[in-house]
Amino acid sequence: MRSVPAVLLALSGAAGAGEAAPDARALARLVHQDCGSCHGITLKGGLGPDIRPATIAHHTPESLKSVILDGIPGTPMPPWRPLITEAEADWIARYLLEGPS
Amino acid sequence: MRRLAAAAILAAALAGGAARADEIRATGDLGLIVERETGSLLLVDQSERAVISRIEGLGDLSHASLVYSPDQRFAYVFGRDGGLTKVDIVTQSVAARVIQAGNSIGGAISDDGRLVAVSNYEPGGVRVFDAETLNMVADIPTGSKTIGLVDAPGRRFVFTLWDEGETWIADLSGETPAITRIGGIGEYPYDALITGDGRTYVAGLFGEDGLTALDLWAETPRPVRVLPGYGRGDEPLPVYKMPHLEGWALAGGEFVLPAVGHHEVLWVDAATFAETGRTRTHGQPVFAMSRPDGRQVWVNFAHPLNDRVQIIDTLTKKVVHELTPGAAVLHMEFTARGHEVWVSVRDAGKVVIYDTRTFEALAEIEAVSPSGIFFTARAHRTGL
Repeated sequence: MRSVPAVLLALSGAAGAGEAAPDARALARLVHQDCGSCHGITLKGGLGPDIRPATIAHHTPESLKSVILDGIPGTPMPPWRPLITEAEADWIARYLLEGPS
Repeated sequence: MRRLAAAAILAAALAGGAARADEIRATGDLGLIVERETGSLLLVDQSERAVISRIEGLGDLSHASLVYSPDQRFAYVFGRDGGLTKVDIVTQSVAARVIQAGNSIGGAISDDGRLVAVSNYEPGGVRVFDAETLNMVADIPTGSKTIGLVDAPGRRFVFTLWDEGETWIADLSGETPAITRIGGIGEYPYDALITGDGRTYVAGLFGEDGLTALDLWAETPRPVRVLPGYGRGDEPLPVYKMPHLEGWALAGGEFVLPAVGHHEVLWVDAATFAETGRTRTHGQPVFAMSRPDGRQVWVNFAHPLNDRVQIIDTLTKKVVHELTPGAAVLHMEFTARGHEVWVSVRDAGKVVIYDTRTFEALAEIEAVSPSGIFFTARAHRTGL
C-alpha cells in the first residue's frame, strides 16, 4: 500500500503543467524507466542510441531539449511535448548531459 | 572424481537419509519473475501463488527474457548487458554465466534443447551457445541490430535485422550454420513471432503500417505483406514504447496484433492474412496475449496509459472487462491451461494474480520492479 501515494506523486509530477519546479525524482524515474524502454535502463542504448554524456556531448541543453520535446521525424524518437512541460524537458536535457550522479 | 563424488553422495544419503518426497519440488508449475532493477529473479509456485526464493547476481535485467530447458530444470536468462545466465531452479542457484556481448535483447532455445541463441544489438548479430556448457558454438554477425529471434523446428533459428529489413534463417542441424537471407521485410521491423506449429513467422514493422509474414514450410519463403497501411487516414500517435509480438495471440483462427501508433488491436485471419476486425483500446497496446484456450485476449498499454489491462472477448471482439492493477503494468503470463493470469505492476512493486473467469484478484506477490513473468510450461512450446 505504501507505494500508491508515491506513484500518484510521480504521475502528477511528470504530467502536471505550470507547477513551480520539476520533480527531480519523478523525472529521473521517467528517464530511466520510460526513455529506458528504448535507450536502456542505464541509457547505454537499445533499439534507440546510447544517450550517456560522452555520446551526446555535441548537444547543448537547448538543442537536446528540442529533441526531447519534438522528437526526430523519420526515426522512432517520439515528441514528448504532449506529456511533459518545457521546464521538465529542460531538466531532463541537463540531467542527460551531466549524467546521473 | 566421478567415483569420489558418488561416494560423497552415498555417504550423505546414508547420513541424512535419501531425499524424501516432500523435499522434492517438481518444476512443472513453477515460474520465474524478472526483477529488472536489482538483477534478480523470483522463483514462484503457481499452485501455491507464492514466492519460493530469490536468485541474485544476474546483472542488468532491464528488458530481460528467458527460455527453459526441455526438462524444465534450467532457465537461460538473457540480460540487457549481454549476460547469458543459466539458472538451476531445482537448486535455486546460478549454474553458469557468460557475458557474451555488450548489449542484447533476447534469445531462444533450439527444438532439441541443445543450443541457446542470443540476439544482440552490440555487436549486432546472433551468437549460439551449447546449452550444457554455455560455450559458444556459432557466431553469426549481421552488421545490424537483430530483433525477433525465435526457434523453428529442425534446429533452426529465425531472426530479423532492424536496420536492413531482412530476415535470416539459420539452420544449425549440420556442421556449420547454413544461412538463408530474405530481403524486403519492410522498414524497421521491431519484433516478430512464430506460430506454435513453427510454420509462420510474422515481423511487425515500426517504419510503416503493416506486418510481414513468411511461410517457413515453403522451399523459398517469400515476404507477404499483412495489413499494409492499416492506419491510413489516421495520424499515427507518438510511440513511447514498442509493442511486443512474443506472447502474440492466436484466438479461434485469428491473429490479434497490437497496432503501432494507434489505440487499437487488429484481427487477422491466420490462413489468409485478411483483416477480420479492429478493437478500440484504452491506449497503444504493448502485449495482446491470448488466454491459452483462445477465448479471451488480455491487453496492456504503453506509457503513459499503462496502469490498466483490458480483456477482449474473441467471439464479439469487444472489451468485456477492464482492470486497474496499478502504475506500469509490464507483462502478463497465463497458467498453462489459462485459469489464472499473473500481471506484473512495476511501479507498485507487485505481481497480481487474477482468476480469468471472474476477474477476481486472488493474491498479490511483492516484487522489486517486476517485469517479465515466465512459467516453465513455456519449455514445451515452439517460439517461447
